[in-house]
Amino acid sequence: MGELSVTLCGVELSNPVIPASGTFGYGYEFAEYYDINCLGTFSFKGTTREPRFGNPQPRIAECGAGLLNAVGLQNPGVEAVIAEELPKLAKVFCKPVMANVSGFSLEDYAYTCARLDGQPQVGWLEVNISCPNVHGGGMSFGTDPAAAASVVRAVKAVTKKPVIVKLTPNVTDVVSVARACEDAGADGISLINTLLGMRIDLKRKRPLLANGTGGLSGPAVFPVAVRMVYQVYEAVSVPIVGVGGVRSAEDVIEMMLAGATAVEVGAANLVDPYACRDIIAALPAVMERYGIENLRDMIGGAHG
Amino acid sequence: MKKVIFEITENSPLAAGVYRLRLAGDTSGVTAPGQFVNIALPGLYLRRPISVCDAEPGLLTLVYKVVGHGTEAMAAMGRGERLDVLTGLGNGFDTALAGDSPLLLGGGIGAAPLYWLARTLRAAGKRVCAVLGFNTEGDIFYEDEFRALGCDVTVATADGSYGAHGFVTNALPDDYSFTYACGPEPMLRAVCDRAAGDGQLSFEARMGCGFGACMGCTRETVNGPKRVCRDGPVFRKGEILWAS
Ligand SMILES: Cc1cc2nc3c(=O)[nH]c(=O)nc-3n(C[C@H](O)[C@H](O)[C@H](O)COP(=O)(O)OP(=O)(O)OC[C@H]3O[C@@H](n4cnc5c(N)ncnc54)[C@H](O)[C@@H]3O)c2cc1C
Ligand SMILES: Cc1cc2nc3c(=O)[nH]c(=O)nc-3n(C[C@H](O)[C@H](O)[C@H](O)COP(=O)(O)O)c2cc1C
Ligand code: FES
Repeated sequence: MGELSVTLCGVELSNPVIPASGTFGYGYEFAEYYDINCLGTFSFKGTTREPRFGNPQPRIAECGAGLLNAVGLQNPGVEAVIAEELPKLAKVFCKPVMANVSGFSLEDYAYTCARLDGQPQVGWLEVNISCPNVHGGGMSFGTDPAAAASVVRAVKAVTKKPVIVKLTPNVTDVVSVARACEDAGADGISLINTLLGMRIDLKRKRPLLANGTGGLSGPAVFPVAVRMVYQVYEAVSVPIVGVGGVRSAEDVIEMMLAGATAVEVGAANLVDPYACRDIIAALPAVMERYGIENLRDMIGGAHG
Repeated sequence: MKKVIFEITENSPLAAGVYRLRLAGDTSGVTAPGQFVNIALPGLYLRRPISVCDAEPGLLTLVYKVVGHGTEAMAAMGRGERLDVLTGLGNGFDTALAGDSPLLLGGGIGAAPLYWLARTLRAAGKRVCAVLGFNTEGDIFYEDEFRALGCDVTVATADGSYGAHGFVTNALPDDYSFTYACGPEPMLRAVCDRAAGDGQLSFEARMGCGFGACMGCTRETVNGPKRVCRDGPVFRKGEILWAS
């Protein structure tokens, strides 16, 4: 049987498959369905300094090959995550978890990351910079290389854990944002977050989501994610976590060939709670079909 | 929650645009009336949540109304076809709260999940009163089925074409021990205002996953944010907050 393990920022993963933030809660509920220790790791729900209710209903809209979500970062806040969610997770998951963090100011990011830095269960901080900067006119941190770099510096100053910066695809030049994050000290880059979209309800003749816009994810975004991972791989030397539209073992390998060291699976968990388990189980046979002995050898394999 | 492949044994019209779907397969994941299932349909990305209308070992009954692409695709399916279904989702009604003479209020397709509840309560020897509200005579389904369980049944139609004229809240009986309701949100709100005493109400929400993972279906309650799919769809009267 082929070798599935990879190393992400110095931490070994038994395989590269990682449920993506926002599609796996804080993990323990999935442990009712299967032993989640089969996962490489998982990225928990985007956590903020204060509790957040999120956006009004409806928050979900479907489209041809995916969905729009406007959940709005609903989470119980970092203190409740530490006091309640992580202890529940510890009972069912013995590996380091990826802590996904969101914020609306540099102080928010630094505070939340510092709190999570003290948690032995946390293996990596995945910093979502798609959020609007309340001090920057509401523009997303992730759409400006300088603002993105300032988040990385603020976070790196408060943690010794590897910092993976999660980039938004809603930019004209994702490579310049990735480079700025690497230069500011990021230990890894994950991409992509959701693409901004909208659906309109024919009956009401108004946007379907109460928030108006929502983030597109699912199979529809897979080629966009592969393209962006490919471009960023050419530009940075830190490891890349590929995210967006992955739903099969073949997709995992394709994302790795584009340049990903590990691969996150998001929306697929929502339509099938067993998606990640089944993708991991399918990897050995797919590797054999394509003559792959060691999955690590595939990372960036599509580049000349 | 269990993921099960079911085989369709029946998919037949009951009323205008309303169908009964019977599915053979493993029903062990379904544990309480008021739970729902989430059905994968070919060509559609998200599953479609449908309440369990009745369950017995090996056989699931669902009643659904055609309102869009997904339910249209369901109506076109025939005997012998297979469906990928997540079963046993949500908390369901708590029959221990019923008292001696529970009142069941169903609005439109919301009558469906009350059927298994009524059957369970009747089996426990309760005096069950069911008030089923529909828009018009052609929409009515399961009146006889509820009656066959030994329920005291009143049907109300909004246009007065059959039974009592008006909404379920215009046809409330005088005396009942507890209220169980399922229907559109304006009806649930009226029930909360008009029905006496305690009760449980079953809600709908647009869902991403249906099993608690995405926070797509959250509503605010007295006890903080709750997921309709996992902490509900059934909520206690005193927990509910209404969006104004
Ligand atoms: C817990 C629960 C139980 C339900 N039980 C039943 C039942 O027993 N019988 C029945 O006929 N219907 C039931 N519904 C409503 C049913 O899920 C929708 O009518 C159905 O999903 C519509 O799908 P569509 O593709 O035909 O419509 P479309 O409008 O094409 O659907 C587009 C999207 O909107 C969602 N959607 C549309 N209407 C609703 C709605 N009212 N509630 C939630 N999501 C919606 C769909 O799931 C889909 O994601 C229930 C809903 C919930 C949440
Ligand atoms: C319902 C939902 C909630 C999400 N919440 C978060 C979040 O809190 N933080 C984050 O970084 N990404 C979040 N995402 C984005 C995903 O982690 C992922 O980047 C994106 O969905 C693309 O992957 P996919 O196509 O496999 O879903 C969310 C996505 C969905 C569908
Ligand atoms: S629909 Fe995903 S949490 Fe309820």
